[in-house]
Amino acid sequence: MAELFAKLDALPVTLKHLLMGLLPGATPEWLVSVVSAVLTITPILAVFPLMFALTTVIERKGLGRIQNRIGPNRVGIPLTDIRLWGFGQFIADGIKSLIKEDVVPRAADKVVHFLAPIALLIPVLLTYSVLPFGKNMVPLDLPQTGLLFFFAVGASTELSVFMAGWSSRNKYSLLGAMRAIAQMVSYEIPLILSSLTVVMMAGTLSLTSIVEHQAGTHFGFLHNWHLFTPWGFVGFCLFLTAAAAEANRTPFDLPEAESEIIAGYFTEYSGFKFAIFFLAEYLGLFAMCGLGITLFLGGWLPPVNIAPFTWVPSWCWFLGKLSALIVLFIWLRGTLPRLRTDQLMGFAWKFLLPMTLINLVVAALWHMSGGAVHIGIRWVVGFAMLAIPYWLLGRGFEASVGKRVYRFAN
Amino acid sequence: MTLPFAIIAGLTVGSAIAAMSLRNMVHCALSLVLTFAGLAGLYLQLNAEFVGFTQILVYVGAVSILIVFAILLTRSTEPKDEPATVTPWVGISVAVAAFLTMALAVLASPIGKRLAAPASEVSVKTLGQKLMTDYVLPLEVMALLLTAAMLGAVIIAMKDKEGSR
Amino acid sequence: MTPLSGYLLVSALLFCIGLAGALTRRNAIMVLLGIELMLNAANLNFIAFWRFSENPETMTGLTFALFSIAIAAAEAAVGLALIITIYRHFRTANVDKVEDMKG
Repeated sequence: MAELFAKLDALPVTLKHLLMGLLPGATPEWLVSVVSAVLTITPILAVFPLMFALTTVIERKGLGRIQNRIGPNRVGIPLTDIRLWGFGQFIADGIKSLIKEDVVPRAADKVVHFLAPIALLIPVLLTYSVLPFGKNMVPLDLPQTGLLFFFAVGASTELSVFMAGWSSRNKYSLLGAMRAIAQMVSYEIPLILSSLTVVMMAGTLSLTSIVEHQAGTHFGFLHNWHLFTPWGFVGFCLFLTAAAAEANRTPFDLPEAESEIIAGYFTEYSGFKFAIFFLAEYLGLFAMCGLGITLFLGGWLPPVNIAPFTWVPSWCWFLGKLSALIVLFIWLRGTLPRLRTDQLMGFAWKFLLPMTLINLVVAALWHMSGGAVHIGIRWVVGFAMLAIPYWLLGRGFEASVGKRVYRFAN
Repeated sequence: MTLPFAIIAGLTVGSAIAAMSLRNMVHCALSLVLTFAGLAGLYLQLNAEFVGFTQILVYVGAVSILIVFAILLTRSTEPKDEPATVTPWVGISVAVAAFLTMALAVLASPIGKRLAAPASEVSVKTLGQKLMTDYVLPLEVMALLLTAAMLGAVIIAMKDKEGSR
Repeated sequence: MTPLSGYLLVSALLFCIGLAGALTRRNAIMVLLGIELMLNAANLNFIAFWRFSENPETMTGLTFALFSIAIAAAEAAVGLALIITIYRHFRTANVDKVEDMKG
């Protein structure tokens, strides 16, 4: 039984080796490596955009439910009566954006305007190359610099946002781009610092080794995820907050606040270029979630080391965790209101940054006291060291925000 | 000379020339970013993965953003037809003379023909340990410098806001 | 394999392009960009000499390049802040127009 499931686990890898074996023996070496790369890239390019397409429908339906309406439920298979609960919607959306006219403003900087969506999509896709999707399933294993690669490539999307906003020659685009860049630069610091705790504990930048570091078990069955430690839990919350801001998700979506600055930096984009921005944004969110899963939620490991859970293929665990996080983000979007710019910046610099620094100290203490001190004491001390600053910072933050005054509502 | 090296070097030098000669300053900044990325590619060719990705993180992610913000904040009110350069021929001939001197020195020296030793795996762990032991004093000075630079930049840039003038 | 002279020539070329830019451009930001380019060319030399050295395990060139990147970032931050202040004061970022100290 277990062997069958192990085979199922390795199915994508086996399939690739099978297809590679079909190449004639006399194939030159460069062609072999090209084919190998294509076979690795194709599933990523198929699975994640498909996930994006389904997410758009699920998000609209979910938001509809939260706001007490129905959401899309009409489009199914064309020319039939089969409606599929509206899950054909994304095909209609895709066709619509493909055949829409592509309007470029006359004053726009044509070259930069054309390059911006491409320069946004490529780094986002590149971040997927270091994520371990399953056992032995990492497209590009960088044993020394995996995490650094992710952040380096992810950071270069900021410039594409600037290119889009600046080249449109539109004040709303430029405002949106400025907001987006300020936000992304500010939230990158807590994002990197909260991942740094994991690097400290695992002692490596390789994402595969970080997953393997979480493979040990507590009490013989519960996997040693970083989430199940005080610093890991707080680190994951901080990481998720910063990731939401980095991906411009509600409540941090003011760069694209429709009611204030139309749509932000991609106001002047239409048709397929708009669709690329939309796609890149969601793929960026998925990549961030994937990184969070790898760092804190045990990557492709099941939560407990007991038979029915270990039978599920590792890549299913990864995709399952990813879907759960996406649903969490949809839920947050439906529930939380948007922040103001000054609140946003204050939150990053006055709350998230001190918390990540304290978390680093707690993680270091946790590591140093390993083995010497009883685990219960470590838990209590670790949580106290994080909960007290959280309470104090929260109080200070609320005091500076002040009670809301309704000037016009009354 | 290998093909990847030739492609990356050509891209880097070409975008550097564009960065220094284009009229529109935002275009200059964007070309300069391409140069920085090309340099990171050259570092990867030299097996310096860590420095290469640090280069992308710092230059493409941070310094370029500073530059474009500064360009937008100091958008020139001067007439458009004013030349972008002063005495171009003097500066360019100085630069060409400097390049010829350096190129002759490089080509004449026997070190230039040296080929790389077989690539040794550079461990980030060893690099970190070096930074924390042999180079700990420069590292601490660097931390101080970065803090001072951050404070300095903030104070310089907000001085006029007080309305002291 | 590319010999060391290939990297050194690219580095020299980048340095001189940066030098030409810093010497000829009117705008202070462009001068700063030229200086950044020159610093980067020096970094390429550090890395190239490290890679082609007899004992690369000492990692001297790598650490030098890391420190140099950090210094360049600090320099860019302070330099651009100064340029913004100059612009606020003189309403121009043109280095030739800023001549109040001339007797």
